Amino acid sequence: MAAAASLMPNFGQQISSKNDLVPNWTSQEVSTGTTIMAVEYDGGVVIGADSRTTTGAYIANRVTDKLTRIHDRIYCCRSGSAADTQAIAEVVAYQLGFHSIELDEPPQVETAANLFRASCYRYREELMAGILVAGWDRRKGGQVYCVPIGGMLVRQPVAVGGSGSSYIYGFMDSNYKPGLSKEQCVELTASALALAMERDGSSGGVIRLATISEDGVERRVLLGDQLPKFSTH
Amino acid sequence: MEKHFTDSKVKGVSTGTTILAAIFDGGVVIGSDSRASIGGEYVSSKTINKVIQVHDQIFCCMAGSLADAQAVTKTAKFHLSFHSVQMEGPPLVVAAASVLRELCYKNKEELQAGFITAGWDRKKGPQVYVVSLGGMLISQPVTIGGSGSTYIYGYVDAKYKPNMTREECQQFATNALALAMGRDNVSGGVVHLVVITEKGAEHVVVPGDKLPRFNDE
Repeated sequence: MAAAASLMPNFGQQISSKNDLVPNWTSQEVSTGTTIMAVEYDGGVVIGADSRTTTGAYIANRVTDKLTRIHDRIYCCRSGSAADTQAIAEVVAYQLGFHSIELDEPPQVETAANLFRASCYRYREELMAGILVAGWDRRKGGQVYCVPIGGMLVRQPVAVGGSGSSYIYGFMDSNYKPGLSKEQCVELTASALALAMERDGSSGGVIRLATISEDGVERRVLLGDQLPKFSTH
Repeated sequence: MEKHFTDSKVKGVSTGTTILAAIFDGGVVIGSDSRASIGGEYVSSKTINKVIQVHDQIFCCMAGSLADAQAVTKTAKFHLSFHSVQMEGPPLVVAAASVLRELCYKNKEELQAGFITAGWDRKKGPQVYVVSLGGMLISQPVTIGGSGSTYIYGYVDAKYKPNMTREECQQFATNALALAMGRDNVSGGVVHLVVITEKGAEHVVVPGDKLPRFNDE
């Protein structure tokens, strides 16, 4: 698997502030230090994300929706700076909407991914954004594209991103096989996200999942007691 | 994957590494990869053994600066053999871990090494202790360390179960190390495992071509 998006561990976070009277989150940028994941299956894609947005040690939003609609059957998973990724997603959604009207048919996932790449690469010095673009189109079915920090574009059958993704590479390598069914993909995504959320301080909250196929988009939320549990030790 | 900052400040030869220890029913498995690198660019040794014997049934694994780790383990080995003569019997695993902890804590400014200590003693049976960079000592049923360990936290959390059999635990350790070596460029080579039980210690080496393969290679 090629490199996936990852937030640098020290970005926007400090171990302890020198002056404890002033909380350090007042000077930190809002970050979606996060765990995101997308998996292709035959007929569509499953995407998932945690729901924590942090400013330093403060959780600014514990129920964030990091799965952003770009078009009817194209979504993106956002990681990195919350402001940067929201801005890019809005721009791309606008460009894609316009393009789709000109084409008079639903846009391709590859087009959306290329629009993300164009923005992320052109402004790579200013931006801190790692994005997974996933969706379904009639030509190629379910597709997942990875646009990590720096603005590379690569298609992968399964991709993970965000600060929490480091912890689940081993789990992913051993549990993913080509040819999984939709339910197996959902279970794999939920388990992987739960494991990452247990270990990464910047990921947590609830698990948001979405399945995108020809029939449309189904969204689900796994709340605290519904998260997959692993033997505690 | 953006490079971790874990070993980037270590000067000289570093064991950018993956180490692991896990308790099973009746014993403990401790293991590591075998790569030593300089600055993450040159592999200075492909077959270094990072599992060091500090007493008959107590082994430890080192991570961090190779020089620091070797110096500390040599000192610990000396202290332990002296202690064992004074106590007229094999030392406890916690004693070995405590010796390492004292050295790491007292010299925390100069040292950059962390240890996993695993072994068997008559009082508490199989145990695993981890001494981290600043000198904290804790006991855990399973623990991982080194730069490659970040990639297998999810796998270990999901797959480790208490009271596994020896074979299951050996396979679990081999898989975990192989997965870490597959993602971390400063871990690699062969897998060194030591299985410690009441009867003694057995050293198992899993060479590169016998390592488990996962479907994207």
